[in-house]
Amino acid sequence: MSIMGTRVVRTEDPVFLSRGATYTDDLTDERLNGALHLTLVRSPLAHARITAVDVEAAREAPGVVAVFTGADVDLAPALLFAGANPGMVRPWLATDKVRFVGEPVAAVLTEQVYQGQDAADLVEVDYDPLPAVVDPRAALADEVLLFEEVGTNLAGGFGHDKEFDEHLFDDCDVVVTRDIVNQRLAASPLETRAAAAVWGDDGRVTLWASTQNPQSARDEIAGWLGIDAALIHLIAPDVGGGFGAKIGADPEFALVVWLAKAVGRPVRWAETRSENLTGMLQGRAQLQTITIGGNRDGDVLAYRLDILADAGAYPRLGVFLPFFTRQMAPGVYDIPKVESRARTVVTTTTSTGAYRGAGRPEATAAIERAMDLFAAEIGKDPAEVRKRNVVPPDAFPFETKGGAVYDSGEYAKAIDRVLEGAGYAELRAEQAARRERGDVVQLGIGVSAYVEITGGGAFSEDASVEVHADGTVTVLTGTSPHGQGHATAWSMLASEHLGIPIEKITVKHGDTDLIPRGSGTMGSRSLQTGGVAVHQAAGELVELAKRRAADVLEASVDDLEVAEGAVTVKGTDTSVTLAQLAEKEQLKVDTVFDSGAPTFPFGAHVAVVEVDIESGKAVVDRIVTLDDAGPIVNPLLAEGQRHGGIAQGISQALLEEVVYDSEGNPLTATFADYAFPSAAELPSFTLLDMATPTNLNPLGAKGIGEAGTIGATPAVQSAVIDAVSYLGVRHIDMPTSPLRVWEAINAARVESGAGSDSSEGAQQ
Amino acid sequence: MIPVAFSYARPDSVDGALALLAEHGEDATILAGGHSLLPVMKLRLGAPEVVIDIGRLPELRYIRVQGDEVAIGAGTRHRDLEASDVLGSDVPLLAAVARTVGDPQVRHRGTIGGSLAHADPASDLPAAVLALDATIVLRSPRGERQVPATGFYTGMFSSVKEPDELIVEIRVPRTGSAGWAYEKFTRRANDWAIVGVAVVDGRVGLVNMGASPLRASATEAALADGASIDEAAALADQGTDPQTDVSATAEYRRHLARLLTRRALTTAAG
Repeated sequence: MSIMGTRVVRTEDPVFLSRGATYTDDLTDERLNGALHLTLVRSPLAHARITAVDVEAAREAPGVVAVFTGADVDLAPALLFAGANPGMVRPWLATDKVRFVGEPVAAVLTEQVYQGQDAADLVEVDYDPLPAVVDPRAALADEVLLFEEVGTNLAGGFGHDKEFDEHLFDDCDVVVTRDIVNQRLAASPLETRAAAAVWGDDGRVTLWASTQNPQSARDEIAGWLGIDAALIHLIAPDVGGGFGAKIGADPEFALVVWLAKAVGRPVRWAETRSENLTGMLQGRAQLQTITIGGNRDGDVLAYRLDILADAGAYPRLGVFLPFFTRQMAPGVYDIPKVESRARTVVTTTTSTGAYRGAGRPEATAAIERAMDLFAAEIGKDPAEVRKRNVVPPDAFPFETKGGAVYDSGEYAKAIDRVLEGAGYAELRAEQAARRERGDVVQLGIGVSAYVEITGGGAFSEDASVEVHADGTVTVLTGTSPHGQGHATAWSMLASEHLGIPIEKITVKHGDTDLIPRGSGTMGSRSLQTGGVAVHQAAGELVELAKRRAADVLEASVDDLEVAEGAVTVKGTDTSVTLAQLAEKEQLKVDTVFDSGAPTFPFGAHVAVVEVDIESGKAVVDRIVTLDDAGPIVNPLLAEGQRHGGIAQGISQALLEEVVYDSEGNPLTATFADYAFPSAAELPSFTLLDMATPTNLNPLGAKGIGEAGTIGATPAVQSAVIDAVSYLGVRHIDMPTSPLRVWEAINAARVESGAGSDSSEGAQQ
Repeated sequence: MIPVAFSYARPDSVDGALALLAEHGEDATILAGGHSLLPVMKLRLGAPEVVIDIGRLPELRYIRVQGDEVAIGAGTRHRDLEASDVLGSDVPLLAAVARTVGDPQVRHRGTIGGSLAHADPASDLPAAVLALDATIVLRSPRGERQVPATGFYTGMFSSVKEPDELIVEIRVPRTGSAGWAYEKFTRRANDWAIVGVAVVDGRVGLVNMGASPLRASATEAALADGASIDEAAALADQGTDPQTDVSATAEYRRHLARLLTRRALTTAAG
């Protein structure tokens, strides 16, 4: 029986559940004996000139070995994302200016970790405060500049150098436009950022770091330090979640390497949770203006998306992500005219980067909000309007007006399946009954449909499979899991070809000496690139084994088959095991799989919420999702990805938001204030399955890591708004907190009391 | 997340704790459950020189009937309150409020004396104790005094407790079958209340409606004058001074106080 598609329990878990994982801060590697501990002095101000830094008292503090300031670091400030405005470089430790609360200003190295903060508190920094700029709209005005010498806060943009088409909506009977917010989120992985570095006598450095893609991180750090990447041996031990915020290297990693060289001793660093909530890359942070037009039959004819993205203080990947948002702007819909532009500005806040979905959730949230607004305006059911406008199944491959080529999809079917699964008609009847009765707790139903892009950016991946003489197997992969379960899934893929049980298969990853080439784990790319590469390598190894066995068994290759770890002459019991072949000669295949293009998984969600219209509090009662990522290797793992994704999607809609005050002070720098969800805030999830394959890889697989987030967020937001729509509410920005819902109800009541009609209501 | 260096003392009696308090005065702080104190110290928002740990003193951990009152030792854990049969029958509001504090881990560490002494207006127990017309017993080397809960709080994180005094007991009138309810409004299950309203026997305690826990006096007066629940609840925010923060505006808090008071009074009325 094939192991593919079965619910194999994660082989990773016994260690996690017993002695615990080994994260970077847990390492006991003897090369780190005697390591110094790095504590960073961080700016308490969002924007200020540094007039003096006095480290003398800190140098005298117990356990202090060295204290460094920006003036001591002989590295040029670096542009941390190559596509950004080239003048927006970040110093390794701030020198003349600080540009966000939490920016490192000085580095303190102590013998013991507990000595670090005491010494850091003795570093005296004199600041001359400058006005903060927190709102991207204010940043766009260029009145307060983060980089005076650059002359603008504009960090990058896409399609922003030409005017919008003033005739885009000429054919439309109905046009609705609205400013919406896709709020800033903190990735909040359970393992915060950490690194440890030691230079060897051979002139190479070993760096352990919590990252999603060690090979890219190695190359980035080498570039920043101006050294050959071959001099860096980067190892990612167990990584406790990343969600996109651990893509690549952080400047602190390079600083740890530089400091280890400067003091000639190993150096370790692990940030605190509060440092993480101001220092780690944050996600989303887009202001959007959506305009949608069509006719009263429900045909959408034109759509415009205008994006103003917030890069934070020093441009990182967040500058690029609006590219994906533009590309996915039309969502699952075949809209005749689509246009968009994106501008990204720097602000005196934490830098932004990828967060679960990374540019695509922002596109989906925008188009799904637009579809709801359009449906409300023409008085039609939002699910029906969606189905009327989706790309039909016979249109694939389908090139969108966003510039993407969707590989395969069954969008209307997905919507029908979740409507049926949720009992949509009954829910609408229940909603009508509650409204009729005037219940305090009203029902809201939100429908979303989505398509997203997975495996974008890095299409190829390396894999190697080797059978050893003792019958065990080693798989090397260029992906770098941090919770996804690659050890389990990749073992299954190899086992399927080799007929060797997964207990005998070891999957290795995350070590750049062992696996010099790889693109890591991000953008839901791993199965469709790295997994397929393992599948391909194992298949090639079977062919190699057959060729070798043909000599041993004196048979034709065509007469041989591989099963249960042996090559057998068909119809006979003449065989040789793969282990025996490996005894004679190394039995190993290295391969590269290149899909050449991304895939486009899709789905639909229905969220059911209850809203207390007196207090404004919304509670998610049910969520029914269909997330189609093609054929599934291990349903247990895929469902785990969906569960986590849905949880984070619900959480964006209801709870989470990184907030700064007007002076740039973070107001959500602890978990008491940042509304990180728990199981108590979430319902049980109803998952429906559908498997529409892609033809871009031999497994037919698409990515599943981010789908749940992308679908759930707009469904839940829509459901909250739907619950109070009968009161005249058309929109509530996320998170749809009790305060926001209550304010929206009040505003709608004032509005209706003033006697305004519904079309004006739509423009509010 | 490492606090400033401090001295740690764990006396084996209340008298020992009082002697240490007398010796160190304002340089010392009392550690009971630690769920408020330790985060403050780890974030370096506070740096006491001496921490006096009373968390393991059995003489402070009891719940017993004393005439018309239930006497509760200051070191009694929230979990003890929650699970107490005596409170369940004689002061059901207090057991119910304790059950809403944080999560099980927090409730197994946090103490009623610690919560009252910390004087956080967002905490649940102070408002409940106010609504119950409880008495707080303070002891110092100078002797013991009893302060009505209504006269205990003086402002944000402050009370009439002197630096050399320790809360040793809380005396709560047995309310028995009198109507009661606690309405706690949060975004997440284990958050502090955005607003909370504790009602018992026509008295109303408010959580997070000002610098300190307080009573909804106008509501109580209206009820005493025979007003309806709706009329009385509409006065619940009178005399309050709620904050605006990440979760709520002051105006929204006032609305919640009125709403939750109406709901709590309705529940209490059965």
